[in-house]
Amino acid sequence: MKGRLGRALVLALPWSWMALFFVVPFVIVLTIAFAEPSEGLPPYTPLWRWTEEGGPIIQLNLANFRLFLEDPFYLEAGLRSLRVAAVSATLCLLVGYPMALAIARAPERWRTLLLMLVILPFWTSFLLRITAWIGILQDQGWLNGALLALGVIQEPLQLLYTDIALYLGVTYCYLPFMVLPLYATLSKLDPALLEAAEDLGARPSRAFLQVTLPLSMPGVVAGFLLVFIPAVGEFVIPELLGGPDAQLVGRVLWMEFFQNRDWPLASALAVVLLLLLVAPIAIFQARAAREAA
Amino acid sequence: MSSTAAEQPKSPVAARPGAAEPWRDPAADPFLRIEGVTKRFEGYVALDAVTLPIYRGELFALLGASGSGKSTLLRCLAGFIEPDAGRIVLDGQDLAGVPPYERPINMMFQSYALFPHMTVAQNIGFGLRQEGASKSVIADRVAEMLALVRMEGFGGRKPAALSGGQKARVALARALAKRPKLLLLDEPLSALDKNLREATQFELVNIQERTGTTFVIVTHDQEEAMTMATRLAVMDRGTLAQVGTPGEVYEFPNSRFTAEFLGTANILEGVVEAADDQATRIGSSELDFDILAEPGALKPVGSRAYVAIRPERMRIERTDAATPLGDNRLVGRVRDIAYFGDFFMYYVVLDNGKEIRVSQPNLRRMTARPVDWEDRVAVTWDAEASMVLPE
Repeated sequence: MKGRLGRALVLALPWSWMALFFVVPFVIVLTIAFAEPSEGLPPYTPLWRWTEEGGPIIQLNLANFRLFLEDPFYLEAGLRSLRVAAVSATLCLLVGYPMALAIARAPERWRTLLLMLVILPFWTSFLLRITAWIGILQDQGWLNGALLALGVIQEPLQLLYTDIALYLGVTYCYLPFMVLPLYATLSKLDPALLEAAEDLGARPSRAFLQVTLPLSMPGVVAGFLLVFIPAVGEFVIPELLGGPDAQLVGRVLWMEFFQNRDWPLASALAVVLLLLLVAPIAIFQARAAREAA
Repeated sequence: MSSTAAEQPKSPVAARPGAAEPWRDPAADPFLRIEGVTKRFEGYVALDAVTLPIYRGELFALLGASGSGKSTLLRCLAGFIEPDAGRIVLDGQDLAGVPPYERPINMMFQSYALFPHMTVAQNIGFGLRQEGASKSVIADRVAEMLALVRMEGFGGRKPAALSGGQKARVALARALAKRPKLLLLDEPLSALDKNLREATQFELVNIQERTGTTFVIVTHDQEEAMTMATRLAVMDRGTLAQVGTPGEVYEFPNSRFTAEFLGTANILEGVVEAADDQATRIGSSELDFDILAEPGALKPVGSRAYVAIRPERMRIERTDAATPLGDNRLVGRVRDIAYFGDFFMYYVVLDNGKEIRVSQPNLRRMTARPVDWEDRVAVTWDAEASMVLPE
């Protein structure tokens, strides 16, 4: 009995944390998603009301969810967001993996400094960094100026407000989220494993593919999710760097919420987005747990 | 006990029956030639012009404390470190510039370095897979190796599901799977507890004899080196202090360092007073007595000499206070007795404060010790037990 009580107490803390900061907000958003928009405060109808006989009437409004299936606008925005997030996470992986590997293999006294350099941009305002990219990418910006001066191009390139700028911005901003978990797994890798692979006849490239890469997969997956998930809902970077056709879910959500003041629709969108993102994580964790067992 | 030490350096201890001793044959060609190998790291010399011939089929042990250079030498052989000077020639092939993955040498790592994401069978087959061997060839060889290390039925397990001893076996099987010309073993059994370590030592020797592979083993454990090796090298600060069979090095140490590193030794200091064909007489410079040794110590009269005597070659008996010192006879007081189970180690303080260690086998159960704490004792030994150190 005592043991069971102790276990319950130990588990109570993380569970109440989850309840307070995830379940309660989610339930609030969920209830709004099933409501109908209305004038006034709050700008949606209550989910249930009392009849004159005293019984409750629950009104579930499924129109918002139906709209997502009927209006291709939302579906396209969702797919585009997934694509942008996937491409950005892949770019982060391609840039971040060599960085993390180099830091993990650098002499010990250099590692802290190199990690600091990765994290350093976080010390500047996010908006400031995005604005700086505008300065670099615009038609009269530094990049075009440099290319023109070097004679590589004759006319300024249209970079800002294109997908290139969008991917560049997302990759740049989320790179540390890729490098840090990768570094954490790579630095824990026993160097004797690589020596063993080479000793057994694997050239460095094959040793990397057969030993380093598979053993760093937890870091790859963690880094990918850490970039992918926030990138799907990213609002600021597409707004500032992306083109006018870059209707991503984050932007749509913001518009529905603040411009159209359609809280139920925005909430429904948020719920769908959340479920779509939680599913892959749940699958990954279940598989990891099965492998560990 | 008084055998003839003069004709010794031949073979003082039991060589394995029928074992060849190619190192005694000047015409024999070494299988592995380490010639003048030098390696400097920032601030110190890890290997100082080490020259060492090793013969085919040997189980050669590099023995030394940490920092003696034994691991550096092993890593030079494996190819992880390129020597600054000198050559390493294996079976006629100069290994200079040959990367680890092209050397016909495999290594059993101290941590075993088993690939955690692969099964036991995949680990053992890893080397053959790099050569592009066919699946059936790999499967056959893996089965053969699993049988060799008595791990049949474990092929599908992951390393995390193995005990320490099983990991050691898999590491050995993996290192032998490619039939290397030379197998390197880096402190192979240091992670195992004592009983398992001893059992595995014999098994390693067994496997070495069955496969005929040349083994070079690095260890800091002198018992391990003594019990397993055909020959061993005691290393000290990047040089070879002494090379020989375990018996040669133990019975004929060439310096204070090897005498004290391999086993235990009491070192006495003196000046050679007489050296005839009967005995070598050395006058102690510490106490008023003479050390007698066998003739043929190769030290001229009047020269300074160190004599090492093993604790197990000394006798101890209670005596009265008036007993004088004599030839090979010291007198002192028992300060401490260490009980090891199979023997006692007596720590005897001489009158000048010097401490002598004497061990006595624990021959009878439950008897009172003949010598006890604070007893006044005489310590004696035979002339043949006096090892006059050349250096």
